[in-house]
Amino acid sequence: MPNTMETDVTRPAGTPQAPSTPKSDFIKVSGFNFFYGKKQALFDINMEIPERQVTAFIGPSGCGKSTLLRNFNRMNDLIDGTRHEGDITIGGRSIYDPKIEIISLRRSIGMVFQKSNPFPKSIYENIVYSLRIAGQRNRRVLDEAVERSLRGAALWDEVKDRLNESALGLSGGQMQRLCIARAIANNPEVLLMDEPCSALDPIATAKVEELIHALKKDFTIVIVTHNMQQATRCSDHTAFFYLGKLIEFDATQKIFSNPSQKKTEDYITGRFG
Amino acid sequence: MAANDHFFATAGGHRTSSRAIGNQILSILCIGLAGATLIPLVSILFLVVKKGLPLLNLDLFRQLPPAAGSLGGGLGNAMLGTLLMVGIALVIATPVGVLAAIYVNEYSPTSKLANAVRFVAKLLTGIPSIICGVFAYAVIVLPDGPIVQLCKALGIPFEGGFSAWAGGFALAILILPTIILTSEQALIGVSKAYREASYGLGATTFQTIWRIVLPDALPAIMTGVMLAVARAAGETAPLIFTALFSWFWAQSLTEPTASLSVLIYNFSTLPYEHQINMAWTASLVLVILVTIANVTAQLVFRKK
Amino acid sequence: MTTLQEQRPAVPNSGPRPTRRLPDLFRILCWVAAIATVATLAWLIGEIVRQSWPAISKFGFSFVSEAKWIPSRDQFGVLPFIVGTALSSLIALLLAFPLGLAIAIFLSEDFLPLPVRQVVRFTVEMLAAIPSVVYGLWGIVVLVPMMNEFGRWAVKAFKGVPVLDTLFHAPAYGNSLLTASLVLALMILPTLTAISRSALVAVPATLREGSYALGATRWETIFRVLLPTAAPGVVAATILALGRAMGETMAVAMLIGNSPRLTFSLVSPSGTLASLLANQFGEASDLQINALMYAALLLMALTLFVNIAGELVLRYTQRRTAGIR
Repeated sequence: MPNTMETDVTRPAGTPQAPSTPKSDFIKVSGFNFFYGKKQALFDINMEIPERQVTAFIGPSGCGKSTLLRNFNRMNDLIDGTRHEGDITIGGRSIYDPKIEIISLRRSIGMVFQKSNPFPKSIYENIVYSLRIAGQRNRRVLDEAVERSLRGAALWDEVKDRLNESALGLSGGQMQRLCIARAIANNPEVLLMDEPCSALDPIATAKVEELIHALKKDFTIVIVTHNMQQATRCSDHTAFFYLGKLIEFDATQKIFSNPSQKKTEDYITGRFG
Repeated sequence: MAANDHFFATAGGHRTSSRAIGNQILSILCIGLAGATLIPLVSILFLVVKKGLPLLNLDLFRQLPPAAGSLGGGLGNAMLGTLLMVGIALVIATPVGVLAAIYVNEYSPTSKLANAVRFVAKLLTGIPSIICGVFAYAVIVLPDGPIVQLCKALGIPFEGGFSAWAGGFALAILILPTIILTSEQALIGVSKAYREASYGLGATTFQTIWRIVLPDALPAIMTGVMLAVARAAGETAPLIFTALFSWFWAQSLTEPTASLSVLIYNFSTLPYEHQINMAWTASLVLVILVTIANVTAQLVFRKK
Repeated sequence: MTTLQEQRPAVPNSGPRPTRRLPDLFRILCWVAAIATVATLAWLIGEIVRQSWPAISKFGFSFVSEAKWIPSRDQFGVLPFIVGTALSSLIALLLAFPLGLAIAIFLSEDFLPLPVRQVVRFTVEMLAAIPSVVYGLWGIVVLVPMMNEFGRWAVKAFKGVPVLDTLFHAPAYGNSLLTASLVLALMILPTLTAISRSALVAVPATLREGSYALGATRWETIFRVLLPTAAPGVVAATILALGRAMGETMAVAMLIGNSPRLTFSLVSPSGTLASLLANQFGEASDLQINALMYAALLLMALTLFVNIAGELVLRYTQRRTAGIR
């Protein structure tokens, strides 16, 4: 799809061209420590997340999985008194590079939250929000983005006749898929999902999981989940966190059938957490 | 689908840079506007203290206001008048307000009467304070007013006219909604578990209210009362044509009575510097009084 | 019922007690207080209508539409005061709205550390605690001389300029509509700020996060998500502040110049319904009292209308925010 949105943006050399071979270290975390004030939340995290696959973060509450996820688009910057050590690169570029504008970073990384958070606007306006704030006024481009994103989020058929109605009138599952559509409207490279199904019923959950499966051909997806069945159902790789440390990171199948660490085994067999 | 390149739009992204700069400008503008409001407040407080402090001494409490053009004098009768009328207002409004709140919250919270009380209280808070003065003027000051007629019929020697009673009555109407609404909130704040425990032990509604609910809600109710005092003490509009003003000590509650706020109003337009300074001193006393009432309200509430 | 209980075998401390009559009395007492509250408003309205009746029957609607107030000739028309009330409160709102909104945003965002914000918040609350007469005194001493200069300058500067010529027309004095509006703006600031702030704070944090995660800047988030979501609350704040400004009496009476002449000049003396009452009730007699009562009735109707509108919007807001959550 041609990039019509920001013609004044130059594309530096070294940008991954889309259909090229997926990189195995698309997101690279190296020697990463993270602090809330004096309290250290993440300890020396090193990991490589492959492009256009689904990576699941699991672990008991407070293990740091959400904290790490929220560092990928620097949402943690919004909290007072946080700081980090080490580095995270996405597509070969450090997200902490001072030349990076945080708003363009966030535009290229979609995020879906635990609780669906549609704005109190119409379905249409929710989707085009990120395009509008970037100054896009071309109606055709906006219409196109709405249809593409809603189709991408498997919501188009359900809402195509009421795009101008309030998003707050949707069901819980629809709202969450709308938030996914909103997150992919801007063609991000990465899609972060922070327990996207924790507030949904099993049927709505199944739909979102199906969606995750379909979306991974276009996006690098990182999903935080409490639900181990969910991790096995929809992820290719799984990282297990415990007390702010990355205990084990491997193919999902390997983690759940033959974990190499005792802690991981205890957790997935339900002995704690 | 092409991975788009926003993330790599760094120094070259004019659009995002201008957005970031616009963001900074708006933030600075907002901080500037918020800071600008400090200027008039600081100016008011500074003048109240600077001009009010020199005349603040013990004589102020003992002496009568200086007649136009003369020096010396104090605020004794005005302070007394303010206290008297705020006192009258409290004596009238507190029992009515608290009892009405008990009815509204304890006896029949969903009844038509309860909703009417809440609605009326809301409306009364929105009524300009001068209307309370107009009402008191109509029923107490005017000789053909209903209260004066009632007194005549009962043989009470009260002829109407400007009086402390009229001023206190006007203030009572003014603070009634405050007392009702804060008392209702106070009662709502009492844990439902206390009530259930009390009923479970076989207590009647009255016993539950009297022994469990009221003691628990008392600090919050006192907060409401102190807020009402703060409101009433500073008010002028309900007093200017009910209590009017007096240059002398009050002999009874049925004659024109001075108050701090009306004194400020009257002195502010006099062409004498000493009288203007006296008005500033009265302002200082009033601001201190109102602040003490407000702070007490906060402290009482926090204690709970 | 009672007989049944009396027939039950006596268990110590059970059964009806002699104190039973007291609670009923207390209930009646509370009921009387509740009735008294409702009756007070009815009485208040009834009494003011009764007292204004002679003026209502004599002047009817011409009281509202005519611009003359000459007590010595028993001629009464409050149009200048209605215009003065509307103009002064609208100008006050115009001045206070951007400030109030800026402070509300400032208090609900984290531009500066919490202690600084608390100082600002305390300051604005302090503004609400200062008695109206003290504002008036401050206005007389500080603002009136300044506005006197400004008025004379403005009359000269805007002579012949359309619209501005009408708004800044001679005679210019320090005691003027604009002076009163400036102080009114300060006085309604706390109302405006407090209600707008609570509307902004009530916007769920998830919406803010959602906007930031889509690459919005802080102010894009404020203008496109937070303010639209909080809009009904801000509207309610504005309406309630307007009601407050229309009814505010003392500071206005001390600063507006109290002229019964119909004028649209902001730098000339004017009057409001409230300032009219404050000035004339103390020395009024006969028909003037009835006319003032009529004016009070108008003021009350006006403020009640505005306040009920504000209250309805506020209720709608609370329901709506509950819906978003």
